[in-house]
Amino acid sequence: MTAQPQTLAQKILARACGRTTVQPGEIIVGRLDLAMTHDSSGPRRLQPMLERLGAKIWDLSKFVVITDHYLPANDDDSRQIIRITRDWAREHGLKNFHDEQGICHVVLPEKGYLRPGMFAVGGDSHSPTGGAFGAYMFGVGATEMLGAVVTGEIWVKVPQTLLIEWSGSLGRGVSAKDMMLHLCRTLGLDGADYQAVQYTGSAISALSMQERMTLCNMATEIGAQTGLVAPDATTRDWLQQVAGVDPASIDITQWQGDADAPLGAHQRFDASSLAPQVAAPHSPANAGPIGDHGHQRIQVAYLGACTGAKLDDLRMAASVLRGRRIASGVRLMVGAASLHDQQQAEREGTLGVLQQAGAELLPNACGACAGYGAYRFNADTVVISSTARNFKGRMGSADARVFLGSPYTVAASAVTGHITDPRELLA
Amino acid sequence: MSKDSNPSTQAPGSIEPADATSATPGGRVWRCGDNLDTDALAPGQYMKYGIEEIARHCLESLQPEFASQVRAGDVVVAGRNCGTGSSREQAPQALKHLGVAALVAKSFAGLFYRNAINLGLPAVVCAEADRIQAGDRIRVDARAGLIHNHTRGEQLRCEAIPAHLLQLLDDGGLLPHLERRLAGRTNNHPAAVSSHE
Ligand code: SF4
Repeated sequence: MTAQPQTLAQKILARACGRTTVQPGEIIVGRLDLAMTHDSSGPRRLQPMLERLGAKIWDLSKFVVITDHYLPANDDDSRQIIRITRDWAREHGLKNFHDEQGICHVVLPEKGYLRPGMFAVGGDSHSPTGGAFGAYMFGVGATEMLGAVVTGEIWVKVPQTLLIEWSGSLGRGVSAKDMMLHLCRTLGLDGADYQAVQYTGSAISALSMQERMTLCNMATEIGAQTGLVAPDATTRDWLQQVAGVDPASIDITQWQGDADAPLGAHQRFDASSLAPQVAAPHSPANAGPIGDHGHQRIQVAYLGACTGAKLDDLRMAASVLRGRRIASGVRLMVGAASLHDQQQAEREGTLGVLQQAGAELLPNACGACAGYGAYRFNADTVVISSTARNFKGRMGSADARVFLGSPYTVAASAVTGHITDPRELLA
Repeated sequence: MSKDSNPSTQAPGSIEPADATSATPGGRVWRCGDNLDTDALAPGQYMKYGIEEIARHCLESLQPEFASQVRAGDVVVAGRNCGTGSSREQAPQALKHLGVAALVAKSFAGLFYRNAINLGLPAVVCAEADRIQAGDRIRVDARAGLIHNHTRGEQLRCEAIPAHLLQLLDDGGLLPHLERRLAGRTNNHPAAVSSHE
């Protein structure tokens, strides 16, 4: 019998449900390798349901809790949520608890939980970030998470794979974020139709792991269930060197799609001709080349979130800000996505560059991105932000105006006080 | 779809208190546009509170009168990609809490769709959702895949809800379903679905 060609997504799902092949469209039930939640979607929501069912977490060694949404806890309700989370972790002797370490999607791989080929869920919509490591990871709501952690399994309708190929190479001052904003505009917020997106091509191979994370993170913004990059030497080296993963547990040869596997679609883009992109309020799909937004004044430049404040993002911003000051009247808010990344940025001088330019540092948490409380933008504030979403009212007043751009663009705009093409300052 | 992808909503055409007791069957329709997002349904700043408080602010950035005027049995009809954004299930839960009987859309964001069904809120895909207007009286028969528009005297077809999800809806959502399953009264959980059925 000749083996049927399969995409990477199919191969991971087939293994998860104990089969050799699966077909797009069929409903399978996969055994979970990992389930992650945060303070908002985790214990405070799960515990009452666990009690109602008289049930337990199927395998605590595969359950990870990370605090990020309600930090800093700036009022009694937020403090209560954080306390419930900590108490729960202590009472259950949860080893996989990461408190005040940073944003879940960035802390998860950094602490060595992810491997190519894994089947995982997260209690957060940006869980496809894990796909940068070749894991099939997707977001679920709290009730579905309850079902998943009680049974250790979850159903998936096997997706078609939408192959997104980026040929060429990105120019200076252009990044994964710009690729994603371009895709949001081109494909729309439902362009991927809850199928699997896989990024491929020379421009993708050249990307660092954290840039690949940005791609898979924003697979959510084009409506994919999961986003994937097939693992390669870059994946293996990062997992080994940054996350301290045992190389014997990293298989980068098995977790590749077959070249002749049928695809839902194959879309091609040219990285070499991509200009920095900016999305106007109030949708990531309102993106276009930065030239379309020339001289839009801003009051706040926000370098934050799992999407836009990882170490590589901070480095991009620093490359623009080195030796420069932000414009008077502009706030540059920087919330490094994890403590680990912030400490590395500090050691290597990246953080110093940002601070000398006038950045104010926020805690390693979701911050203004979630709009949950501690930081919210007032009416009529105009913001350029490295985050993933700018829906009306998400980050504060419904009358705040949030533009989305890359870390380079956020930094360049902070320097001039208006939306600025970073290539002008990098030249 | 890039430039006009912001959600737009309109209030029902006419709201008369008498409607609540009128003999006309079906719920009143509230219309929303494309890409209705979860931040609009469950605004972040209220996420730390319980569902009563979140529901009070449901859709307030788009349609401030919605939460106070929506009544049990009403139906929300949206355009494409309904529920885009966050995994927060408080988005469909707020609608359910307010008594919304069903959600109709031209398409749903996958994560939101799963959440709605898991919470026992029927979500049906209807390609012709645009034929339904604010203030219409409609009845949604999720099982039959039909929408009866009493105001316009027409019937619209919807996509069938997959069998394993209908089972969840019948039980009132995933939690009551799991309750039954763990008590051994059913083993029809989606997790028990085997392939090629
Ligand atoms: S930083 Fe923003 S996008 Fe990332 S997990 Fe937090 S709220 Fe979500």
